[in-house]
Parts: sequence; structure tokens; C-alpha cells
Amino acid sequence: MTSTMRDAFVTSTEEVLADPRTTVVLADISAAAFEPAAARYPDRVINVGIREQLMIGVAGGLALTGQRPIVHSYAPFLVERAYEQIKLDLDHQDVGAVLVGIGGSYDRASAGRTHLGPADVALLDTLDGWTVHVPGHPDEVRPLLRDVVCGQDSAYLRLSIRSNTAAYPRAGDLHVVRDAGPGAPLLVAVGPVLDAAVAATADRPVTVAYTHRPRPFDTAGLRALATTEVILVEPYLAGTSARVVSEALADRPHRLLALGVGRRDLRRYGSAEDHERWHGLDATGLRRSVDAFLT
Amino acid sequence: MTTTTATDLGALLDRVRAGREFGANVYSTLDVLQVLYDRVLRITPATVADPDRDRFLLSKGHAVAGYYALLAARGFLPAEWLDDQGGPASRLGDHPDRTLVPGVEIGSGSLGHGLGLGVGTALGLRAQGRTGPRVYVLLGDAELDEGSNHEAIAYAGATGLGNLTAIVLDNRSATYGWPGGAASRFTVNGWSAATVDGRDHDALHGALTGHDDHRPHVVVAVVTDGE
Repeated sequence: MTSTMRDAFVTSTEEVLADPRTTVVLADISAAAFEPAAARYPDRVINVGIREQLMIGVAGGLALTGQRPIVHSYAPFLVERAYEQIKLDLDHQDVGAVLVGIGGSYDRASAGRTHLGPADVALLDTLDGWTVHVPGHPDEVRPLLRDVVCGQDSAYLRLSIRSNTAAYPRAGDLHVVRDAGPGAPLLVAVGPVLDAAVAATADRPVTVAYTHRPRPFDTAGLRALATTEVILVEPYLAGTSARVVSEALADRPHRLLALGVGRRDLRRYGSAEDHERWHGLDATGLRRSVDAFLT
Repeated sequence: MTTTTATDLGALLDRVRAGREFGANVYSTLDVLQVLYDRVLRITPATVADPDRDRFLLSKGHAVAGYYALLAARGFLPAEWLDDQGGPASRLGDHPDRTLVPGVEIGSGSLGHGLGLGVGTALGLRAQGRTGPRVYVLLGDAELDEGSNHEAIAYAGATGLGNLTAIVLDNRSATYGWPGGAASRFTVNGWSAATVDGRDHDALHGALTGHDDHRPHVVVAVVTDGE
């Protein structure tokens, strides 16, 4: 097992750089980790300095020439600060890039609000045709990165310091981790919240399914597994995938509980674990919400 | 090399205009577009997909009437398209869309996007070992207000991006102006620069071909009788 998702990303990117089409675009973040790759591929590992608008603009220009850009920074700077560049320099130009974010939600809790990025997936969800992967384990990173780099379209890989104990590298479609039998409520856990979700429902008759790919969401799998009660647990803004689930089940009476990170600026520091607890995404908090929903 | 006569271009522009009043900003861009397409850019309707073509990126996407007229004059698009510009079935909007118009390299409109895309295009050509093609980006002096340009100017200068030329159509429309001249924002970052009369075709040609390939180049085309 690789030590962290970011390590897995750097190592896997060094591999895909063997393809002369691949180009990495950085804005200082992780530049030191990419120094060996930059020495080997000086024209294809580009650090623009602390310039996130330019980082995405450069990715768009590279893609216009046929290169495949991999763009990387902290989620709030990569997605929120440069949102118009993502919309216009990539999507409107009809070109794609692979965006790889770290520090989503509260991974950098002690850095405060400026470094928190719970809205990244919701923002990308305002755009058309993006694939979003939220790996729940470092061993899921390499195959996901290789897959999206081989494509043409835009994709977002959302890395985290939070992680599950087991990797499910091929769980783009919903993967049943615990089957509570016919008629049981369905809990869908996205990425690194799986372990907490499993612990929260350990002695509850709830089927737990896992995915690392909230977009495109596996709606066929959802329809096959869902009965009346659906619980969604996402490690970013609460309700981000509620629209998708509701549309997929529009022809069926159902109830949906969408859990995730709250909107409020808590103005607190601490650790990722602390924020997980404050947002009710630890096992205790999830159990409280699930029990209230099912009783 | 064939040239686009002012008469031909005027007639095509009138088809786009269709009785509407154009602001001076439309006319102020015509001369630089003519010099670029007649005498500088190595691109024809037959080479719009050639990876070794020169790239022209219109960043100030509102300067579109003259651009469409010029593209029609050079055979990139049928002149008939001009008659219905902006209509519900038209491919020609008030800002250009690269997926709808042959020869258009970028979709633009929101200011401050062309130079970053141009830097990326220049980097892509360099990564592919294509030393022939050059990237030209046309901006306005008011467009320079957008901070994204200054990210691109600083980076391109610092890394000596020698296959990039920015053209600033300076019709003195920036609200707070550029004391010391627009070119100074580039030269302080290591660009070479030429500031010329934006109506003088020979001066424009000299400036647009005055790059030295070791650093990015800016041409400031001053048009004081426009807005």
C-alpha cells in the first residue's frame, strides 16, 4: 500500500508522463514532489507559480494543441478560485483536462476557512459531462488516474487524507459492501466515509453500497438496490448528489436522507476528525442521523 | 501574398452591420486584423486543423464584426453567413465560438481569458517540438484591467516563452489608463515590445514580425481616433 493518496498521485503521474501527450500543470502546490518528474520532462511538468487562473488557462491552451493536461492544487484554489476558467477555458473551448485536488472539505482544518473546500463537487456539478472520482483509499488512486488520463473528457479526482481500511479500485458502479437483504434501506457511501458508515450501521438492517464515482452516478445500480429508504453519505457538501438520486427514483415513492458537510463556516480549527464529528459524519453522528430517519 | 482591400472588407463589414451602428472599437481593430491575415499569419482555410499552423486568438471577443468580415474575405467562412449574424440560426454570435466558426481558435467574450489560453497553446507547441508555429493573442487596453492577464504576462516573461506575441489594441478605453504605456507592463517582465500607430500597416507589419524568439513579444497598436 502506498502511504497517502497524494503520494499515489505523484507516483502514478510519473508513470503516465511516459506518454508524450501528458502534461502536468501546477501552481506551486506539490511542486517539490514533482521535481524529479520536472527534471525528466522539463517541457511537460509546468509550474506557473501561485497563479490559479493561469493554471487552468494554460491547461485549456495545452488541450487545444492536443496535450492531455493534469492540473493539481488544493481544492478551493483549483475549483473555486478558477471556476470561470474551468467553465470557459476548458468546457466552452470543448477541450478536457484532468483536475486533481487535495485538501477537499476539512483536510486542512487547522488552516481555517480559506483552505476548506466542501463545495468543489457541487460546483463541478453545475457543468456538463464531468467525471468525478472520490477515492476512499490510496490504492484506488492509480487505476482511477490512469483511466481518466487515457480519456479525452474532463475529470476531477478528489484526493483526501481520510481513508477507509479496504480499497475498492473498481467501484465506480455501486459496490455492495454489506447486504441486509430484500427490502432493507440502502445507504450509499461515497469515498472515504465508508468505514464510518459501516460502523454506524453495524447492528442495523441497512444495506451499504460504496462508490468512488459520484459523477456519472450509477443510477442503474441505485435503482436495482434501492427500496423505499435511501441514505446518501458524501464527504463534501451535504445534498450534492440528492438531485441525481431524486431524479433516478422519480417514478418511485421514496424517502431520501442526504448527509454530508454543512454550509456554515464553523470558525473552528482542530483536525479533520474534529470536523467530521462536528458535521455528524463520524460513526456516532451518522448513527444518530440514520436512526432518526428510520424510526 | 494576396491582400484584403479596404473596399472588399468594408463591403463585407456592411453585411455584418446590416444597418446597425458600430462603435469605433469595431473599426479600430480592422487594420491590425488585415495586416495579420494578409502579411503575418501562416494560416489558410486549408490549414485550420494543421498542427503546425500559426494560431490567432481573439481575446477581446467583442471585436467580432471585423473578425468575421476578415475571415469571410480570406475564405474561412462563406460571406452569406455574415447576413444573418446573431440570428437564431446563425453560427456567428456577438462573441465568437470556436466550435461554430472555421478558423476561430478560441471562444471568447468574457475578458481576460485569451492570454492564458495563448500561453498554454505556446507551451503545448513547445512540448511537441513544433518550433515553427507562433501564437498571437489580440487584447484590448481595457481588457488589461483583468488580473488574469497579469498572471500570464509575468509567467510568460519569466520563462522566456519565445513563441508568443500579444497584441494590445490600445484605443485608450481603460478606465484608469496605463500610465507609462501599456507596453511597460510587459517589458518589466522581460518581454520585447513595440508601440506603433495602429493604422499604419507597414509599422504594424514591422512590429508584428519584430520578435526575437527568445522571449515573448508585445505589440501595442495605438488607435487614438477610436474608442
